[in-house]
Amino acid sequence: MQCAAPAPSSLPILPLTVTLRAARLVYGGLTLFDGLDLELTSGCFTCLLGPSGIGKSSLLRLLAGLTTRGISGELRGGDGLPLTGRVAYMAQEDLLLPWLNVLDNVTLGSRLRGERPDRERALQLLAQVDLADYALARPETLSGGMRQRVALARTLMENRPVVLMDEPFSGLDALTRLRLQALAAELLADRTVLLVTHDPLEALRLGDQVWVMNGRPATLFPLAELPGAPLRDPGEPAVQTAYRAILHLLGAG
Amino acid sequence: MKGLWRGLLTLAGLLSLWQVVVILGRLPPYLLPGPWAVATSLWRHTGLLLAHASVTALEIVLGMLLGVLLGSASALALGYSRRARRWLLPVLIASQAIPVFAIAPLLVLWLGYGLGSKIAMATLIIYFPVTANFYDGLRHTPRGWLDLARVMLPTPRPWAVLRHIAIPAALPALASGLRVAAAIAPIGAVLGEWVGSSAGLGYLMLHANSRMQIDLMFAALLVLATLAVGLYFTVDAGLRRLLPWQPRHPETVEPD
Repeated sequence: MQCAAPAPSSLPILPLTVTLRAARLVYGGLTLFDGLDLELTSGCFTCLLGPSGIGKSSLLRLLAGLTTRGISGELRGGDGLPLTGRVAYMAQEDLLLPWLNVLDNVTLGSRLRGERPDRERALQLLAQVDLADYALARPETLSGGMRQRVALARTLMENRPVVLMDEPFSGLDALTRLRLQALAAELLADRTVLLVTHDPLEALRLGDQVWVMNGRPATLFPLAELPGAPLRDPGEPAVQTAYRAILHLLGAG
Repeated sequence: MKGLWRGLLTLAGLLSLWQVVVILGRLPPYLLPGPWAVATSLWRHTGLLLAHASVTALEIVLGMLLGVLLGSASALALGYSRRARRWLLPVLIASQAIPVFAIAPLLVLWLGYGLGSKIAMATLIIYFPVTANFYDGLRHTPRGWLDLARVMLPTPRPWAVLRHIAIPAALPALASGLRVAAAIAPIGAVLGEWVGSSAGLGYLMLHANSRMQIDLMFAALLVLATLAVGLYFTVDAGLRRLLPWQPRHPETVEPD
């Protein structure tokens, strides 16, 4: 599959395909999934939909290298090398550290690695998420949407080819969510992205590729190729058709 | 402002109650001197009281510093090393079964009548609450932050995670340990003075008691209470300044 031409970004990123083979999760004696294969095409925005408790967050954690007991799978990049150090992670909570200001939160990664933080680039990224004036603000003074934008800037600051997002917009009000979706789509255009969500319209709006995860043990159903490029209008007939197909796959239609 | 008035009113009420009990109970001054007698004594012996108070204050402050230092170091060792947890934690918990009061005479025997034994008492008495609170905070770093750090780090760097995430995240817990420490450190110091000393407010109280100077004893008690309350509020205010992100005490909604 060929995804939309990458948008020009501040730093070039080598696209990377991610493959996961034979993923398996056993939790409390229950097999949530077994023998699951997933490929994230390089430079594509992939959305993973599914009912809660199906194991989609665990799948994302496996991709992020956050393995816990009971979960396993064979994970590598398209170049055959492990993914360690080439993934950025964005969670539902903004995970901002309350004792650091916005700028220091954005540069947390370099501080953890013992590198000198690139403040210039951090400020640039903050400007891109429209928070240039808040570099020295404390997180608790920001609104939920602003905090999640800081988290997005922190994710971009890591400058990794693969970005994994676990329902990062679900805690926000509708309008803020729409704005943040547009911003994420724009700024992550040249990365390999996996977005886990339970909102079919969000997936249809943002995804180059949409997978629906359902059943027990769970399997992945690909959605037929979606019309047009991302940031689709939910009013379009083709999106409506896809929406019905998703509901059917989720077992609700 | 309103709080200040309420405080003054409460103080005035307590003083009046005290005076009333003295008058109605016809209590002789060697059992319970009235507030006026205590105030007079406070005024007459200001120099003496201040001299002894400064000794006690020094014991408390040094004991606090030492206890917080040792407690924090122990908590960090427990939080960082599994071996320390396995060996140190049981000893730590078992040591709490021995009341500090019981070993006070030993400390005086070993460290003498001077400052040393009192500082040791104060240190011992605050060591456990500081260690327990800080260790508890270190154990409960929110998982999301640790996940974030794990993804950010290509190779594990436990010290960096401890320094940049786990320790700052545990500071509010350490702060509650410090508040407890500030409240009980004076107990340790005065206890040490009672067992054997030649200076300090505890010594002065015992001395005054044996010479039937009950008004002086009360004055010393008053100074000690002021010292303890002042220490607590100083520590509390300092911690609030240092940890501005710490959630405030939940405001209770009261119907007016």
